[in-house]
Amino acid sequence: MMLYIVIGFLWVSMLIYVLMGGADFGAGILELFTSENNRSKIRTTTYNAMGPIWEANHMWLIIAVVILFVGFPGIYTTVSVYMHIPLVIMLMGIIARGTAFTFRHYDAVKDNMQQLYNRIYVYSSFITPLFLGVIAGSAVSRQIDTDASTFASAYILGWFNWFSFSVGFFTVAICGFLAAVYLIGDVKDLTDKKRYIRKAKMMNGAMAFWIIMIFWFSYKGDIPLFNWLFGNFISVATTVTGLLSLILLWIAIYRNNIKRMRFYAGFMTMMLLIAVTYSHYPNIILLKNGAHLSLFGTKGPDKTINSLGIALLAGSLFIVPSLVYLIYSTPKKTDREVQ
Amino acid sequence: MDNFLAARSQMALSLGFHIIFSCIGMVMPFFMAVSHFMWLRTGNENYKNVTKAWSKGVAIFFATGAVSGTVLSFELGLLWPEFMKHAGPIFGMPFSLEGTAFFIEAIALGFFLYGWGRFNKWFHWFTGVIVGLSGIISGILVVAANSWMNSPAGFDYANGKYTNIDPIAAMFNKAWFSQSLHMTIAAFAATGFAVAGIHALMILRKTNIGFHSIAFKIAAVFAIIAAVLQPLSGDISAKFVAKTQPAKLAAMEAHFNTERNAPLIIGGIPDEKNKKVDYAVKLPGMLSLMINGDTNSEVKGLDAIVVNDQPPVSVVHYAFQIMVALGMLMLGISLLSFIALLRKRAWFKQRWFLKLFVFATPLGFIAVEAGWTVTEVGRQPWIIQGIMRTADAVTPMPGIVYSFYLFTAVYVSLAIAVVFLLNRQIRMVPEIYDINTKY
Ligand code: HDD
Ligand code: HEM
Ligand code: HEM
Repeated sequence: MMLYIVIGFLWVSMLIYVLMGGADFGAGILELFTSENNRSKIRTTTYNAMGPIWEANHMWLIIAVVILFVGFPGIYTTVSVYMHIPLVIMLMGIIARGTAFTFRHYDAVKDNMQQLYNRIYVYSSFITPLFLGVIAGSAVSRQIDTDASTFASAYILGWFNWFSFSVGFFTVAICGFLAAVYLIGDVKDLTDKKRYIRKAKMMNGAMAFWIIMIFWFSYKGDIPLFNWLFGNFISVATTVTGLLSLILLWIAIYRNNIKRMRFYAGFMTMMLLIAVTYSHYPNIILLKNGAHLSLFGTKGPDKTINSLGIALLAGSLFIVPSLVYLIYSTPKKTDREVQ
Repeated sequence: MDNFLAARSQMALSLGFHIIFSCIGMVMPFFMAVSHFMWLRTGNENYKNVTKAWSKGVAIFFATGAVSGTVLSFELGLLWPEFMKHAGPIFGMPFSLEGTAFFIEAIALGFFLYGWGRFNKWFHWFTGVIVGLSGIISGILVVAANSWMNSPAGFDYANGKYTNIDPIAAMFNKAWFSQSLHMTIAAFAATGFAVAGIHALMILRKTNIGFHSIAFKIAAVFAIIAAVLQPLSGDISAKFVAKTQPAKLAAMEAHFNTERNAPLIIGGIPDEKNKKVDYAVKLPGMLSLMINGDTNSEVKGLDAIVVNDQPPVSVVHYAFQIMVALGMLMLGISLLSFIALLRKRAWFKQRWFLKLFVFATPLGFIAVEAGWTVTEVGRQPWIIQGIMRTADAVTPMPGIVYSFYLFTAVYVSLAIAVVFLLNRQIRMVPEIYDINTKY
């Protein structure tokens, strides 16, 4: 029983990280794809919208990591060993982004150092989710070779392939999309709104492109993605519902219904995540030799799982109400300089 | 540099970097809370300015602390997969609770930084206190995880298998209290002296004296109280180490031979080949007295430990001497301050006294780094004392050296960036905050 609660927490932290952390990365990605003149506007909007919950957004990743190493050490250590290089790149992204974001807002002197912070911020906003996606893609792509005998096959080929990178680019696109949809609802000015709608379209297009690529490379690489998504009822149902909510999302955008568009964006992401995780649940890592590491097979001893579950339940009792209050109590309309 | 040494160096670098930011993250919120409180009570604008100026500094430190902590939670697996595979489920309990504490800290920080003028002022003040409290709790929890590596508990070990795992018992291992207590006080002492020192320098330079005197006083009070408690708690730690990790104690003291009436060895250069210490001050019987309360009792030396299980002596001995010496120095400054306070001497306004504090700026942090070197290097060759060797825990991936160079470059640039930004904050004080209150 507790095992399912723990797995539930793992899944939910992943979802929220994709949603909130994703929108947060996305803000940087949008800034990257914006002309120099309009960037400062994006910066102010993003900062007002995301600033207060910025620290909290990234805690979800830590929660997921902690659940993994306490509850499912086999998965954590396998990923750590064979995904060492992409993980290090991702960590560099996290360091660069987190510090650049803070530095640019808290540097007491505003001079051309700002340009440096901005540049670091936008590029790392791109790199971090890219490699997050690469790692996720590699985990299920049957490329990780635990019997490898050469450096390249053990530590590079497992992730350095087109399938993994397509998943990475798709992750980048969805982050950008989430941010654009979120920001449409956050600006009052009509030209600003139009700008974000344009961005949302562009990101949506990128998502479509990379989905096609993902399917193409999974076909080339003998990854049974098609079977996963269409081989069982739940995955089919969630994939279809996900697509449907994307359509509803665009309708909401054109009717300028802020609540609905945010809801559908969240809902779509959730459906997508269910579709891809359910299809190979409870296996998290599929290895080259055909074996897999599952949540059940790698779980820690019962006592650990129990106390982990209790800790998580108790923790959410504190966290959820205060986080909700934080999100609702910091009004976003003011452009007041944050002190 | 081989893979193993590179992995150890990278771990030491990352932790040594993180610990500075986590100390500040734990302690500064309390300084701010005091100053914030004074502002709400007295309405003196200087208090408000100090609070705000500090909160900007803290935001910078917090971000750096948070990213370096995130990196650490991955590095444990990146560098020590074999350790984490077995230890994760056992010592993971504090980490999962710590997750909650961090979360609360991050949320409360959001309230605090964005809450000026938005909430009831006492609620706003309270969120700042929560930031500090949850920071302290997370510090205690991580140290509890680390103390498990020093005094493993909560499992049975036989034939390479870990059975009967009890994560709660592992968390409350024997060392958790002495280590957490010592670490928490250390954070107050180190941050207190660092902050007081910087503001003392500004007072000496006669810029914004009203502002800097307030900041100096708050930090100095925390610092001098902590510095008095620190040697007391260090004594508890040392007694505890003597009981559970005799090899570490012997290395700290460069105590080569088991003997009765063991001398306390102060300073000196350990000669590991000939098993003696040159140029040291030796106080006969004092070590026996401090450890067992009896000058004639026996204290185990390194000769009681199998050669393969002995930690490097020189590093641990030097690190320990540095920590204790700095602890004594800070204690001295504290005692002088207490005399000044009790006797109502005006020393706090005198240049020589302020200069003393400027001198003490880095001492606490140097002691913290030295203390961790004692703890971690003194545990070698074990990653889990008596159970798993560090060499058996290291990642199979070759080429960690390059990753070590990369991390070194990143951390060095980050450190430069933080100093640069902090310097800019301080330089901007006159322009942003000057309201010319009298000292
Ligand atoms: C401001 C910093 C500071 C100061 C002044 C001192 N220490 Fe310390 N010490 C630390 C900061 C520290 C630390 C960095 O925080 C450590 C590392 C691990 C820990 O829990 O605390 C530590 C560890 C540590 C240990 C090892 C604990 C273990 O391995 O389990 C001992 C025996 C002492 N200390 C003893 C002392 C004594 C006798 C001091 C007398 C003045 C002293 N410390 C001052
Ligand atoms: C933040 C304060 C800490 C500092 C400054 C610190 C310092 C160090 C140092 C200097 C080493 C290298 C030892 C050597 O090369 O001989 C090391 C190793 C290590 N530490 Fe710590 N440590 C700290 C806290 C912790 C904590 C809280 C944990 C885990 C819960 C931890 C886990 C490790 C591990 C896994 C190693 C690698 C094995 C080893 O070489 O001992 N450390 N640390
Ligand atoms: C003695 C050692 C340590 C102490 C006292 C300590 C304490 C702290 C504190 C107080 C913070 C809050 C951030 C801030 O205010 O700057 C923090 C951040 C963090 N620490 Fe450490 N830490 C230690 C070692 C470690 C280790 C070994 C790990 C990982 C395994 C770790 C993981 C983290 C993480 C993930 C964060 C980020 C949390 C956030 O975003 O708020 N810490 N640490």
